[in-house]
Amino acid sequence: MNDTPSPIIQIRNVTKRFGKVAAVDNVSLDIMAGEFFVLLGPSGCGKTTLLRMIAGFELPTEGQILIDGQDMAGIPPNKRPVNMVFQSYAVFPHMSVTDNVGYGLKIAGVGKTEREQRVAEALELVKLGGFGERMPDQMSGGQRQRVALARSLVMRPKVLLLDEPLSALDAKLRAQMQFELSDLQDQVGITFVTVTHDQDEALSMAGRIAVINKGEVAQLASPSDLYEYPANRFVADFVGSVNLFEGKLTLDEPDRAAVDCPGLGKIYLNHGVTGPHGADVWVAIRPEKIYLHVPGEGKAVRAAGMDAPEGHNFARGTIKGMSYLGDVTLFEIKLDSGEMIRVSRPNMSRHDQEDFTWDDKVSMHWRSDSPVVLLS
Amino acid sequence: MAIFRTRAVAPLEYTRKAWMQMWVGATLLFLYAPLIVLMIFSFNDSKRNVVWKGFTFKYYEKALGNDSLVEALTNSLTIAFFATLFSLVLGALAAVMLWRFRFPLKGVVEGSISLPIIVPEICLGVAYLIFFARIDWPTGMAWPLNLSAITIAHITFCFPFVAMVVRSRLASFNKEEEEAAKDLGATEWQTFRDILLPHMKPGLIAGALLAFTLSLDDFVITFFTSGPETITFPVKVYSMVRFSVTPEVNAASTVLIVLTVVLTAIALKMQGVKAIAEVH
Amino acid sequence: MAAPLQDWRTQKRPFAAIASMPIFWLVLFFVVPMAVVWLYSFGENAGPADIVISGTLENYKRATEWLYVSIFLKSLAVSALVTLICLIVGFPVAMAITFAPPNWRPWLLLGIMLPFWTNLLIRTYALMTLMGTNGYANKALGALWGGASWLKTLVGMQPLDAWTPAQLLYNNFAVVLGLVYVHLPFMVLPLYAALDRLDKSLIEASLDLGASQISTLNRIIMPLAGPGIAAGVMITLVPALGAYLTPDLMGGTDSQMIANVIERQFKRANDWPFGAALSFLLIYAMFIIVALQSLRRGQPKRGE
Repeated sequence: MNDTPSPIIQIRNVTKRFGKVAAVDNVSLDIMAGEFFVLLGPSGCGKTTLLRMIAGFELPTEGQILIDGQDMAGIPPNKRPVNMVFQSYAVFPHMSVTDNVGYGLKIAGVGKTEREQRVAEALELVKLGGFGERMPDQMSGGQRQRVALARSLVMRPKVLLLDEPLSALDAKLRAQMQFELSDLQDQVGITFVTVTHDQDEALSMAGRIAVINKGEVAQLASPSDLYEYPANRFVADFVGSVNLFEGKLTLDEPDRAAVDCPGLGKIYLNHGVTGPHGADVWVAIRPEKIYLHVPGEGKAVRAAGMDAPEGHNFARGTIKGMSYLGDVTLFEIKLDSGEMIRVSRPNMSRHDQEDFTWDDKVSMHWRSDSPVVLLS
Repeated sequence: MAIFRTRAVAPLEYTRKAWMQMWVGATLLFLYAPLIVLMIFSFNDSKRNVVWKGFTFKYYEKALGNDSLVEALTNSLTIAFFATLFSLVLGALAAVMLWRFRFPLKGVVEGSISLPIIVPEICLGVAYLIFFARIDWPTGMAWPLNLSAITIAHITFCFPFVAMVVRSRLASFNKEEEEAAKDLGATEWQTFRDILLPHMKPGLIAGALLAFTLSLDDFVITFFTSGPETITFPVKVYSMVRFSVTPEVNAASTVLIVLTVVLTAIALKMQGVKAIAEVH
Repeated sequence: MAAPLQDWRTQKRPFAAIASMPIFWLVLFFVVPMAVVWLYSFGENAGPADIVISGTLENYKRATEWLYVSIFLKSLAVSALVTLICLIVGFPVAMAITFAPPNWRPWLLLGIMLPFWTNLLIRTYALMTLMGTNGYANKALGALWGGASWLKTLVGMQPLDAWTPAQLLYNNFAVVLGLVYVHLPFMVLPLYAALDRLDKSLIEASLDLGASQISTLNRIIMPLAGPGIAAGVMITLVPALGAYLTPDLMGGTDSQMIANVIERQFKRANDWPFGAALSFLLIYAMFIIVALQSLRRGQPKRGE
C-alpha cells in the first residue's frame, strides 16, 4: 500500500549489559513495516537478547526501542503491539488448542462468537483446522509450533517475533516450514522478525538480514548481498563457506585493483576497492567460484573465459581431500604455497566425480569479479 | 512501590521486586530469629532468659557436666548412627526392588513401604509401645543393646525415606550403561558394584543424611518406646522444657544446632548446594 | 532409555536377595505392630495390665462422643488453617527462589532447609522463649504500643493505657503459630520444585499475549504448579493433623489436638484399647486425605 516503507521498529543505540558483559552493544536498526527481517548470528551473540528486548522481557541498559513510533520504555510485554513465538513454543500444556489460540483474545475481552471465529481462521491459516479439541501433549513438535504461530497471529500484532522457530524441527520439516513461514508472511502482511543461527534458514526466508556478532551488527543487507558482498571477514566466514587469504593491496584504481597474497598468488579484480595503497587486506573467494582443471588444460580455459592479466587469478595445488555430496563434490587442495583451499565442483554429468582423485595435481582459476576484498 | 525501585524491573525478575524481597526477608527472619536469640542467650549470665547480664560459658559447662544430658546425647547419636546404617541398606534394597522388578502384589508392597511416611508419628509411637510390650521385648540389657527397641522403630520410619530418595535417583539411570558393562564382560555383581552403585551414590548420601536427621530429630516415637534407662536427647530436652526452663537447655540446643550446621556444611562439601537442595 | 521391568520369575535368585530383607523388616516391624494396634482397638481392659481382644465396638462408639468428635474437628480445622497460612506465606517465597539469580538460588534454598534440618523440639522451644510474657515478641509489641501512645499524645489525644504483656503462649494462637513455624519449610520446598520445573517461557508467552501478572498467576502458574501445591498441602496437612509436640508445649488446656488425646490414653488414662481406636481413626482420616488428593491427580484431562 505504502510506496515508501516506514520503520515499524526503531532500535536506537541499544546496549544491554549482564553484569559487565555487554550482550548487545550499541545497536541501531530500523525494521520496515511488512518485511521479513532476520537476526542471524552464532549462539551467544546477543540476537535473542535483542528480540527479547523488543518483546519487553529484557530491558535495555541504554538506548531506546520504538515500535510504530512509540517509545517502549516502561511498557510491559502485555501492553506491547508485538507477539512472540518461543523457541520451546510455550504452548500451555493444560489448555486445548482452541483455548491456547483463544487465550490472548479472551484476556483482551473479545466476545465468544468473534473469538471462536478468529481462532478457527487462525487455525485454518496454519493448517490446523479440526485440531481445536486436541491437547498439546497429543501433538507433534511441528504441530505445536503451528499452535504457537496461530496463537500469536490471532492477536493481529504489528510485529511477530520468532525465536529460533525451526531449530527444534527435523531437517525435512524445517525445509518445509521455511517455505510455509515465507508464504504465511506474504498472506498476513505482518512484519516478521526472526532470530536464527542457521544461515540457510536466514538466506531462504529473509527479506533483509542483520548479522550479529558479539553484540554488534556486523552487516545489514539482503540475503544475496550478504553472500556476494560480505562486509568483513566475520560475515564472509559465517554466511556460507569461504576461502580467506591475507594480502597487500598493490593496485587500486576506479576500474581495477590487485592484491598480492603470499598464500594464493596475485589476484586481479575488475573493480576498485577504495582502500589505502599497501594496506593489509583479506581476499575472500567462495569455493563454488573457483574452476578446477587438469594442469596443461589451462591455456584453453584461459582463452575461453579468463579476464585477468597473465599471471593473475591462477593457482596450482594437489588434491588432499574429497567429499562427494551428490550434487557437488568438495575438494580440499593443498596449494603450492602450502596453504589449503576449498573448491566445490558441480557434478553436471553422472561421471564428473571420476575426473579427479586424491593426490592429483590440479590447476585453478577464477574470474576477476569473483574475489571480494575485505578491509576488516 | 515505585519509591523503592532503583532501576526498572524486567517482567520475570520477581526477586528484584521490593515487596517480594521484604516478604522473603520477613519469612527468613521469622524462621531464624528464634534460633538466633536462643543461641545468643545460651551465653547469657542470667537464670532468666530475658535480660542480657553478661557473657558466660557457665551453662555450657553445666550442660556438659550434666551426666544425664550427655548420656541422652550419646544415646541419640548412637541410635541415629545405627538407624542410618540399617535404613540405608534396607532403603537401597527396597528402591532397587521396586525400580527393577515386576512381581505379584507390587502395588501393595509399594504402598506399604510408603505407609510409615504417611502414618502419623503418634500412631507409630503407640504401635511400638503396644508391640514391644506385647512381645515382652527384653528391657534392662547392657548398653547399647538397650537401645535396640528405639533403633528398630527409627529404622522402620527412616528406611522408606531412603527408598524414596534412592528410587528417584535410580529413575535417571540409563539402563544401557548396565548393558554396556555386561557387553564388556562384567558379571551381574561387578555391574552392580561398578555401574549401578556409583550412580546411586548421591541418592545414598542424601538418604543417609535424611535418615540421620530424622532419627536425631524424632521425639514422639521415641517418647513411647524409651524407658527410664534409654532417654534420648529430644526426650531429655522435652522434660527439661516441661518442668524447668533452664539456660542449660539453651546451651545444649546450641550445641545441637551447631552440629546440624556442621553436618550440612559437610554435606555441601560433598555434594554441592544444588544437589542438597534437590534432596527434597 | 527406560528398559522394561524385569519379571521376578526370570531372576528369582537376585530378586530374593534384594527383596527379602526390606519386605521381612516391613512385615515384622511395621505391619505386625499396626495389626496389633488394630486388634487392640476392638479390645477392653480386663485387669490392670491385661487386655482382652473381645471384638467389642465400644471404643469406636465412645470415639463418636461429642467431646472427641469436637477435638477431631478442631484438629482438622487447625491443621487446615496452618496449611493455608503456610501456602500463602510460602508461595511468594517459592516464587522468589525460583526466579532468583542462579548464584543466589541455592543459598536461599539452604536458608529454607536449614531450619527443616534443625531439631523440631529445639525450634519449638526457641519460639517459646521468644513468645513468653517476658520474651522479645512481647517487648516488640510493647514498644509498638508505646510508640502509638506517644503518637497519640503528639496529636493532643489521651495516651493509651500502659502496656500489659499479651499472653502469646498457651493458647490456640500459639499452636497455630508454632505449627506454621515448624511446617513452613515443608511447604516451600515442594512448591519450589514445581515452579522450578515450569517452563519460564510459558509465563512469558502469557504476558506476551496481553495477560497481566495477576491473570498469568491465576491462569498459567497456579494450574501448572497444581501438583506441587497439592504435594505441599499434603506434606503440611498430614503431619499438622497428627501434631503432638506443638499443642502439648505451646497450647493451653483448650488447645488439645487429637494426638494429645491419644497420648493421654496411653500415658495417663491407661486405656489402651480406646487409644488404639483413636489412633486408627486418625490413620483412616489420613487415608481419606491421601485418597482425595490422588483422586484429584487422577482426574482425566480435558479433551481426552
